[in-house]
Amino acid sequence: MLYINCPHCGMRSQNEFSYGGDASVKRPELNKEVSDQEWDNFVYNRKSLRGKHLELWQHISGCRQWIKVERDTATHEIFRTFKADEEVA
Amino acid sequence: MQKYSIFNLVKNAFSNHQNWDLAWKDPTPKEEYDVVIIGGGGHGLATAYYLAKEHNITKVAIIEKGWIGGGNVGRNTTIIRSNYMHDENGLFSEFGMDLWRKMSQDLNYNVMFSPRGIINLAHSDAQMNAYARRGNSMRLNGIDAVLLNREQVKEIIPMADFSENVRFPIFGGLMQPSAGTARHDAVAWGYARQADSMGVDIIQNCEVIGFDVSAGKINGIRTSRGNIKAKKVGLCVAGSTNILAEKLNMTLPIETHLLQACVSEPIKPVLDNVVTFGAGHFYVSQSDKGEMVMGGDLDGYNSYAQRGNLPTLQHVLTEGIAMMPFLSKLKMLRTWGGIMDMSMDGSPIIDKTHIEGLYLNCGWCYGGFKATPASGWTFAHTIAQDRVHELNAGYSLNRFSTGHLIDEKGLGTKTWIS
Repeated sequence: MLYINCPHCGMRSQNEFSYGGDASVKRPELNKEVSDQEWDNFVYNRKSLRGKHLELWQHISGCRQWIKVERDTATHEIFRTFKADEEVA
Repeated sequence: MQKYSIFNLVKNAFSNHQNWDLAWKDPTPKEEYDVVIIGGGGHGLATAYYLAKEHNITKVAIIEKGWIGGGNVGRNTTIIRSNYMHDENGLFSEFGMDLWRKMSQDLNYNVMFSPRGIINLAHSDAQMNAYARRGNSMRLNGIDAVLLNREQVKEIIPMADFSENVRFPIFGGLMQPSAGTARHDAVAWGYARQADSMGVDIIQNCEVIGFDVSAGKINGIRTSRGNIKAKKVGLCVAGSTNILAEKLNMTLPIETHLLQACVSEPIKPVLDNVVTFGAGHFYVSQSDKGEMVMGGDLDGYNSYAQRGNLPTLQHVLTEGIAMMPFLSKLKMLRTWGGIMDMSMDGSPIIDKTHIEGLYLNCGWCYGGFKATPASGWTFAHTIAQDRVHELNAGYSLNRFSTGHLIDEKGLGTKTWIS
């Protein structure tokens, strides 16, 4: 069982959350020319890192906010959590 | 190579079975090979076997970080089927079914292929319609499919919950009678033994730490046991695909996720077939030892852990008990997990890459085991001929950018959502 520290609600069990994938993926800016390769990278291609991985979760059975979680994909250790709009240094 | 036969069994009985040949050798890596296959799982071993058998390429090495057959070929639920709707998946898998039927004879190794049939249960009229459509597509591709009504299903699996007041009543099901199971370890060992006998070097405890690429062409690999030159390199590493892709500066339409399975204590024969729950993701069969073999959803978040988490197991088994209430009385014997290379449309990739001499075999999601022979056969063809076979032409790497997805489940790009 993972325990995720929701930045809005505090420590909760993983059963309250749903997963949203890699949080480092950025949607291409729409006010400029976007190549097929850029769309490809945004929609399909993923690094799927082994080790520290910044990812989106939604506190679906809690505050319903999207949050960012920094988690180790090999040990499942959770290092830090952020609000969705927080910049991660 | 010593043939496995009743005569050799009797002959060796006289020496207390102390004089059998080793099934495969433990060679030190040579300096150079024509083809290096990275990954000594089912797919890698099958690829090496078909390279030698079908294409006479025997200067081949299989490089395995751990021991052969220690990854997903040793961790799956042994289901073999070709009940797909899309042509690419159906024709590819049905080609594999033919190889499965001949495999024990072909490899001189009993893989215990047991075509006991698979039943996908339907729990609504809409699902029955969808199954009728899939069954028709299967039959058009020469695959056997039978649409069963509620009474017919009840005759085959009377232990399922057929009461009227359940949340997901059984409306019927789609059956592929020729589907089944096989002894998973025997598949890896059978391919390894034959490949070894034809001259393939099976090199275990050898980790790939880098690639030697120059001018867009592969020249070899760097391993924990030294550098190995190779004209061609094939990647067959399932859940480790992303790790090796990173060393090649490639980003692939693959995410690595964890899938669990479990077996109960052994009980007397109760279930003849493979049965899947249609209102969620749960499947069950009974092993020859009597254990109920069960599996279902991914853990749901990127993972390389090779061990599972309880919430998903609880969720999966809740579905199982809804389908077959007697399962709740059984004790759990073992649970385990493996890491899946989840592709973004749920279908695999067997293709060349932008690097000359580098070939890719990945994206097997939930269905890698049953694809073992067809994957090895087509990947060997792709490597030997330097072009894809028509059977794996659809499994191209660039289908994601061209839009030719093979989205059997209609899940789109989030394959962890089920």
